[in-house]
Amino acid sequence: MEIGTYPIPEDSVRQFLAKTEQVIVIEELEPVIEDQCKVIARDVGFETEIFGKADGFLPRTGEFNVDICIEGIAKAFGIDSCECKPAKQDMELPVRPPAMCPGCSHRGTFHIMKKVFGEDAVFPSDIGCYTLGIQHGTVDTTLCMGASISVASGIYDAGEKKPICCTIGDSTFFHTGINSLMNAIYNKSDITVLILDNRTTAMTGHQPNPGMGKTATREPTVEVAFDKLCSAMGAEFVEVVDPYDMAATEDVLERAKAHEGVSVVIAKRACVISAAREGIRYTPFMVDTDLCKGCRKCLKFGCPAIEFDEVSKKASINSMCSGCGLCVEICTFNAIMEVKK
Amino acid sequence: MTSDSSNFDLVIVGVGGQGAVKVSDIIGKAAVSEGMNVRAAETHGMAQRGGSVVNYVRLGCDLGSLIPCGSAHGMLALEPVEAMRYIHDVAKDKIVVMNTSPIYPVTVTSGQCTYPDPQEIVARLEKDYRVVAFDAVALARQAGNMKTLNVVMLGAISSYLPIPEETLVECIRNMVPSNTIDTNLKAFRLGRETTRQ
Repeated sequence: MEIGTYPIPEDSVRQFLAKTEQVIVIEELEPVIEDQCKVIARDVGFETEIFGKADGFLPRTGEFNVDICIEGIAKAFGIDSCECKPAKQDMELPVRPPAMCPGCSHRGTFHIMKKVFGEDAVFPSDIGCYTLGIQHGTVDTTLCMGASISVASGIYDAGEKKPICCTIGDSTFFHTGINSLMNAIYNKSDITVLILDNRTTAMTGHQPNPGMGKTATREPTVEVAFDKLCSAMGAEFVEVVDPYDMAATEDVLERAKAHEGVSVVIAKRACVISAAREGIRYTPFMVDTDLCKGCRKCLKFGCPAIEFDEVSKKASINSMCSGCGLCVEICTFNAIMEVKK
Repeated sequence: MTSDSSNFDLVIVGVGGQGAVKVSDIIGKAAVSEGMNVRAAETHGMAQRGGSVVNYVRLGCDLGSLIPCGSAHGMLALEPVEAMRYIHDVAKDKIVVMNTSPIYPVTVTSGQCTYPDPQEIVARLEKDYRVVAFDAVALARQAGNMKTLNVVMLGAISSYLPIPEETLVECIRNMVPSNTIDTNLKAFRLGRETTRQ
């Protein structure tokens, strides 16, 4: 039988167990339904054997697939599973983790944050596109939505002396960051809270959030102002900056780091996907191969639009470039410039 | 139309942003309009950010949406390395339609990993599968837009699907932005010609 609700339909389960001697419960993660079935069987006094995770036939971690289920069923009922699996191919393949988009403002914010606070600083983060910053060494913790600020203040309270700068997206901040920020301010944490305001809920598919002035059905409504909200909660340092302006971002973060108590910086710049949908286009950039020294500094920036030609030993910019221009600042040799029309 | 002859389990692989989900949608809708049962499972979310993507489309299937390892009837690979990454899903001697033009992951451009030679991938696959490999980016360009790569590939696999060509064409017409219909239909034709039997 298939169970798709919780609480589980007890009558149906009872009828099912009444006519079976052995049952295997297949569910991902914790054995919630398995335990419920055992309780029902015991209460009614059924002798039905119930298999699942408690006896190790199915794993408690990871996603299930057809083969994991076949193996679990075969083991539980003592039948042979067909060993018709093809041999794994042995070619070494490059891993392909998801990356922040070309032109994503988070990449620039993270770059400056690491520069200002130092590689050794503590960077609690949260759940959204910016969690991908883990590949840039700017995400030390991800617990649950809104936890970046509470984890940061908790680490401070535990006596950490290194600088602490946590990151949280706009929608996550509205979801469960506000209460954590109030707590951090009220209980006198000395941390920097960097709100990555990309004007949307990007990772889950661009749903409206209260910072956008659009209801869930996309009608215009009041827009919640981050700066006023943070000030109202008692934050004494609250500044808004455009992360495409790297010099301004660096200046604000330097001052935020020096500020004693909770400092809040709102890095405000629309998500590149939303911007493109609204028809905003920038001139793409290119590498002047005469000026490029092949130092690969731009490649460490991790933008999918920047490539390296192993033959010529020069960097190049591919067609994915959205024209954010952040890499211009990265290049020591001024080799990156706008494509001339 | 749910007889065994029309059953087809297809694995669609690629890189986030190439339009693998769109291809699954078009095939799924076309099959439904032919009265077939369809089950499908797609990679969402992270896919948009250039990650590795695998979608399952099961035509004429009444059961679950996941294809058991090593039993798919065909693979549509929008990117060569991704073909290799998921090839264990496909049954031996079945059809693999593959684009040979690579998309380098950040791990390659930043020098952490190396990218294998696409022709070497084709050679390996040819040992166990029927392979149709071609540069779909070139054909998409010929159609008039790089972004039609997914529809070029759809055209190529369409010769093997138990769905009439006209039904797929009609679905493309209804499901792509109206100002790109002609380009997409051209892309479909160019792709279909690579596998016309």
